[in-house]
Amino acid sequence: MSWLVRALRAVWEFVVGDDPMTALGVAVALGATAVIAGAGAPAWWVMPVAAVALLALSLRRAAR
Amino acid sequence: MSGPQLGLAVSVFLACAVEAVEALTIVLAVGVTRSWRWALAGVAAATAALAVIVAALGPALDAIPIDALRVIVGALLLVFGLQWLRKAVLRAAGLKAQRDETAQFAAETDSARAAAAAGTGFDGYAFTIAFKGVLLEGLEVAFIVLTFGSSQHDIGLAAVAAGVAIAAVITAGVAVRAPLARVPENNMKFAVGVMLTSFGVFWGAEGAGASWPGGDAALLVLVPGVLLVSLGLVQWLRRAPGHPAPVGRPA
Repeated sequence: MSWLVRALRAVWEFVVGDDPMTALGVAVALGATAVIAGAGAPAWWVMPVAAVALLALSLRRAAR
Repeated sequence: MSGPQLGLAVSVFLACAVEAVEALTIVLAVGVTRSWRWALAGVAAATAALAVIVAALGPALDAIPIDALRVIVGALLLVFGLQWLRKAVLRAAGLKAQRDETAQFAAETDSARAAAAAGTGFDGYAFTIAFKGVLLEGLEVAFIVLTFGSSQHDIGLAAVAAGVAIAAVITAGVAVRAPLARVPENNMKFAVGVMLTSFGVFWGAEGAGASWPGGDAALLVLVPGVLLVSLGLVQWLRRAPGHPAPVGRPA
């Protein structure tokens, strides 16, 4: 099983990198976009706003 | 060529050129900053995968869940893009050591030679990003050919128009490759972070069901918008209380 753990860890590090909060935020923002779009409301603005907020929060964490 | 045929050819050419430019941007970004070898390997693998998909599915191509693919590609690009942009903004604000490009170039040249000699040096990042970008845009080109072509009962003409558009964009890409290589590495990484983030936002939102005002033209607002916000964040970090002296700037 150790090869599977190593493979999963490699995929995690490749995709998520050193900032899991940003990856989680992207997933939440995509979910919110899908929900709002599914309700028939304009949802294009969610991802740009989320990207700016996630970048600013990530920079604040890194700058501390 | 009749009027409707000319209209079909021009429409397909323009639509496919837009898709090809999007794919080219991604490939140029990872090629210039990471590895041309593995970026082009990603392009080749995506082209082969596209050929297999188109040959196997043919007219049933529209059964592929393109929105699911857009969400996956968009999410990955956005996560990668935000990580690149964070590091680039920190470097530009003087909170992270700037890379000494001359020393870095020498070190990377040495390691590339060593990797080539050992037959290793696979750059999964460059390969994956180029593969996904080309596969996604290639599928969109195939959809355009299929939908526009079948509506005018002339898939052959649509395919030719798409081929001409792709060839034109590739020619333009080869022309700008050399000038791009002369851009300082730190600036290029900043630009790549902006591009990956912008495309990630665009495809992710589209795949999740959102409709962009202006369609693909929204990218013309998104890219400069992300750039301006990033430059603003650099200024914000520079003016933040307790901002340290710039670190690690090359002489």
